[in-house]
Amino acid sequence: MAVTLKDYRGDVSTWCPGCGHFGVMSGIQKACLNLGLEPHEVAVISGIGCSGKVSEYMRSYGFHTLHGRSLPVAQAVKLANSGLKVIASGGDGDGYGIGAGHFTHAARRNVDMTYVVMDNRVYGLTKGQTSPTSMQGYVSNTSPEGSGEREVKPLELALGAGASFVAQGFSGDIKGLIDLIAEAMKHPGFALVNVFSPCVTYNKINTYDFYRENIVDINDLEDYDPSDKAAAYAKIIEHDGLLKGIVYKQERPAYHTYLKDYPETPIAFNDIEPDSQVLDELWSAFK
Amino acid sequence: MKSEITWKIGGQQGEGIDSTGEILATTLMQQGFQIASYKHFASRIKGGHTYYHIRASHTPIHYQGDTTDILVALDKESYEHNIGAMSSGGFVLMENKKEEKVEEADGCTVIHASFTKMAEELGNKIIRNMIALGSTIYLMGLHYDIFKPLVERKFLRKGQSLVDLNVNALKKGYEYVQNLGLTPYKLETPQPKQQALLTGNEAFAFGAVASGCRFLSAYPITPASEIMEYMKKNLPKVGGVAVQAEDELAGLLMAVGAGYAGVRSMTSTSGPGFSLKTEAIGLAGVSETPVVIVNSQRGGPGTGLPTKYEQGDLNTMIYAGHGDIPRIVLAPSTVEECMYMASTAFNLAEKYQCPVIVALDLVLSLNKQTCPDYQADRFEPIDRGKLLTEEQLAELDEFRFKRYRLTEDGISPRAIPGQKGGVHTANSNEHSETGHITEEPEIRTAMMNKRLGKLQPFKMKGYEFIGQDEHPVETLFIGFGSTRGVLEEVVNELNAQGEDTALAQIKVLYPFQAEGLKELIDGARRVIVVENNWSGQLSGMLQKELQVGSKLQTVKKYSGDPFTKTEILEQIAQKMKEVV
Ligand SMILES: Cc1ncc(C[n+]2csc(CCOP(=O)(O)OP(=O)(O)O)c2C)c(N)n1
Ligand code: SF4
Repeated sequence: MAVTLKDYRGDVSTWCPGCGHFGVMSGIQKACLNLGLEPHEVAVISGIGCSGKVSEYMRSYGFHTLHGRSLPVAQAVKLANSGLKVIASGGDGDGYGIGAGHFTHAARRNVDMTYVVMDNRVYGLTKGQTSPTSMQGYVSNTSPEGSGEREVKPLELALGAGASFVAQGFSGDIKGLIDLIAEAMKHPGFALVNVFSPCVTYNKINTYDFYRENIVDINDLEDYDPSDKAAAYAKIIEHDGLLKGIVYKQERPAYHTYLKDYPETPIAFNDIEPDSQVLDELWSAFK
Repeated sequence: MKSEITWKIGGQQGEGIDSTGEILATTLMQQGFQIASYKHFASRIKGGHTYYHIRASHTPIHYQGDTTDILVALDKESYEHNIGAMSSGGFVLMENKKEEKVEEADGCTVIHASFTKMAEELGNKIIRNMIALGSTIYLMGLHYDIFKPLVERKFLRKGQSLVDLNVNALKKGYEYVQNLGLTPYKLETPQPKQQALLTGNEAFAFGAVASGCRFLSAYPITPASEIMEYMKKNLPKVGGVAVQAEDELAGLLMAVGAGYAGVRSMTSTSGPGFSLKTEAIGLAGVSETPVVIVNSQRGGPGTGLPTKYEQGDLNTMIYAGHGDIPRIVLAPSTVEECMYMASTAFNLAEKYQCPVIVALDLVLSLNKQTCPDYQADRFEPIDRGKLLTEEQLAELDEFRFKRYRLTEDGISPRAIPGQKGGVHTANSNEHSETGHITEEPEIRTAMMNKRLGKLQPFKMKGYEFIGQDEHPVETLFIGFGSTRGVLEEVVNELNAQGEDTALAQIKVLYPFQAEGLKELIDGARRVIVVENNWSGQLSGMLQKELQVGSKLQTVKKYSGDPFTKTEILEQIAQKMKEVV
C-alpha cells in the first residue's frame, strides 16, 4: 500500500492557529512523501520549543530531545544508521542561541543530514522573550528598552561555519518549502534550511506580511550561482538575509567518508558478537 | 633469592621516563612477573619532575609499593625526592657528568655514572635510558637478553641498526655496573604466564569492543583521553565509529543518539566533563536510552588537579541531574576488572534501558597492571534486553508503537529507527506509552513509578570480600576504586600481625547493594572507610544507606596523590586501639 500523508500524521497539534510551524511541518512531511520515504525510514530529532513539537505532531521515528541539543543526537543517529534520512529541527532560540555551539560544529563536520530551523525570531514556548534572531531594537519582556544586541544572521553564520548546503524558506510558501527541504535531504552532507516561520502570537514585527513584502526569491536574481560563496555573502548582505531559495551549495565529502572503514550497512543492524580473531589481534598489542 | 623487586626512574618530563618504564615493565611481564606500576606527572609537556615506579612480583599485586630497591635518578631532584623512600641495601644509579664513583649514602649504594656520556660514546644521546636499563637489569640479577624480544618488536621496523644500537646500549650499561664488582640482587624468574600489561583505560576500551560497543563520542581530557584514542584507532576494525565531539555535553548527547538508534554506545570523561554531561544524563534517563558513561575521576572541583588523583565524584555520579533519574553506577578496582566490567555495563544499560556510569580514577586509568590473557567466556554474553525484532514488531502490529508500554517490571519493549513496525517518538518530556508529550497527573505518576521502579529488582553482588575466607571481622575496611591495591596489602599486613581484618571492596555504588555488606558491617567492631576526598563521600553513602553510626571512621587524603601503605597504617594505628 502506498504511503500517504496520513501515515505521517502524529499527535494532535497544540500550535496556535496560524502558527508558521504548521507550514514547516507540512513541508517536511511532503518532502518525505515526494522522496518516496516511509515513516520508519525517517528520524526527526527535535529540540525544545513550540518548534520542537514537530517530532510529536508528525509520525516517523522521532526523538524530542533537550533545548538546543537536537544536532549532536541527530548526527549520531545518522552515523549509527546510515540507512535513515535524518532531520533535526527546532527553533531559532534552540539552534542559534543555546545550541549555537553544536550548530557551528555540525556545519563543519558535515554529517549527511538536514537541519530545519523554524525561525520566528522570538521565544514562542516561553511566551515571547527576545531571541538571538530578534531584530536589534526588538521590544519584549526581556528587552523592554529594545534589544541592544545585533541579531544572529543564520545564513552568514552557516556559511562561516562551513555548511555545504544553505537554503532559506518561508512558511507562507509551502510549495517552495517542500522543494527546498527535499533538495536538502538529497544533499549528501549537512544541509541547513532556515525557515521564516511567523509566530502569530508574540512577534508582531516579523509577520507573514513582513516577509511577503520584503523577501526576495533567489531565482529572480540574475545569474545567481549557488556554488559561489563570495556571491552568496554579497547577496545575503545586500538583502539583509531576506532571501528565499538555495543560497549556497557545495559538493563536499560527508563526514563518514573520512572515517576509516565506515561500514556500508547500518551499524545498528550489524552483528556485534565478538570476533575472537580481531580480539586476539587487539590483545596482542598489550603482550 | 628474591621474588619481588621495586624500581623507579625519575627525571624531567620529556626525557623519555615513560617509555623507559614501559620497556622494563613489559619485559618483566613477559618474563612472568606480575606488575603494578605508578606514574607521577604534571600537567605540562616538557619539564617538571616525573617518575615511573614499577613493582614486579611472583604473586598478584595491585599496588606499586612504598619503597624502591633500585632508583634511576636522571637528575638531582629525582635523587632528593626519592632517596627517603629507598629500601635499605638498595641501589641508586645517579646521572653524574662530573664524577664517576660508588659511595654508600642513606643506607644504599649510590653509583655515580654518566649515562649521557656513555650514550655519546655509542654515537647517539637518545639511547641514554636504555643504558640505564642495562645497568638496572644487572642490579636485579637478570640478563639484558630478556629485553631483546621487545627491542626487536619496537625497532626492527626501523632497521636492524637501531636494534643493534639498543642492544649495545643495554650491554654497555650492564657491563659498566658488572665491572664495579658490586653484589646485585638475585631476582628469581617466575613461571611464564599467559598475561598482558595494560592500563585501566585500555582495559575498559578493549572490554567495550569485546562487549559489542560500536560507538564512542567524547572530548579529550586527562585522565580519560586514552579511551577515546583507543576507540578511534580500533573501533573501525569491528565496524564501529568514534567521534571527537565539540564538548562533553555533545559527547554524551551523541552517545545517547547512537543508543537510541540501537548501537551500543559510550562516552568517556573526567570530572569537568562529567559536570557538562549532567544535562544529557537526564535525557538518557527519562527517554530510557541505554548508554555507558566512563568517568575517570581526578582532583576537582573546577579544573582542579588535572593530572592528580582523587575520588571526589562519587556524589555527583550518583546524584547529578535534576529530577529523579534511573541510573546504575559501577566501580571496578583493578585493570582486569575494568575489562570484564565493560560487558556488565553494556548489558545493564540495555537490560534496564538507562545510563550506566563506570567510576574509574586517575590511578586506575593511567597505570599499568598485569592481567591474565582475556578469556572470552569471562565477558558476560551480550544481552540486548527487550529489544524487539522486526518479526515481533509485525506481530504487535501497532500503528503507534508503545515504546513506553507500562509493564509489570517497568521495562518496555524497545524498537529502533529503521524497523518497520516500531515507529515512535522517544521523549525527554514526560510522555505517554506511545512517547507523546503529556502532563496528565495519572500518566506522569505511572511513568515515574515505571522508570524509577524498574531498578528495584536490580541485584548484583555489590562488593568483594578481600581477606581470609569471608566472615565478619573485627576491623572491616571499606573502599572503592583504586585504593583496593594498597588496602589489600594493609589487610594482609595487619592479619599477619594477628589482627582480624578484611576489605569490603565496593563495586556497585548505585543502586546501593546492602546484601552481605550489611552483615559484615553489623558483625564488625570497627569500620574504617578509606577514601580520597575531603568530605568522606563513601562514608556518607554508607551512613545514609546502613546507618552504621559511630563505629564508622574515615581515613581521608585529598592532596592529589594516592595513599601509601605506610600512611594508612599510621592513620589507623590509633583507631585500631580504640575500643568502640
Ligand atoms: C536548558 C533549558 N533552558 C530553558 C528552557 C526553556 N525554554 C523552552 S523553549 C525555549 C525557547 C523557545 O524558543 P525557540 O527555540 O525559538 O522555539 P519556538 O518556541 O519559538 O518555536 C526556552 C527558553 C529549557 N527547556 N531548557
Ligand atoms: S506561540 Fe508562536 S510559535 Fe508558539 S505555537 Fe503559538 S504562534 Fe506558534
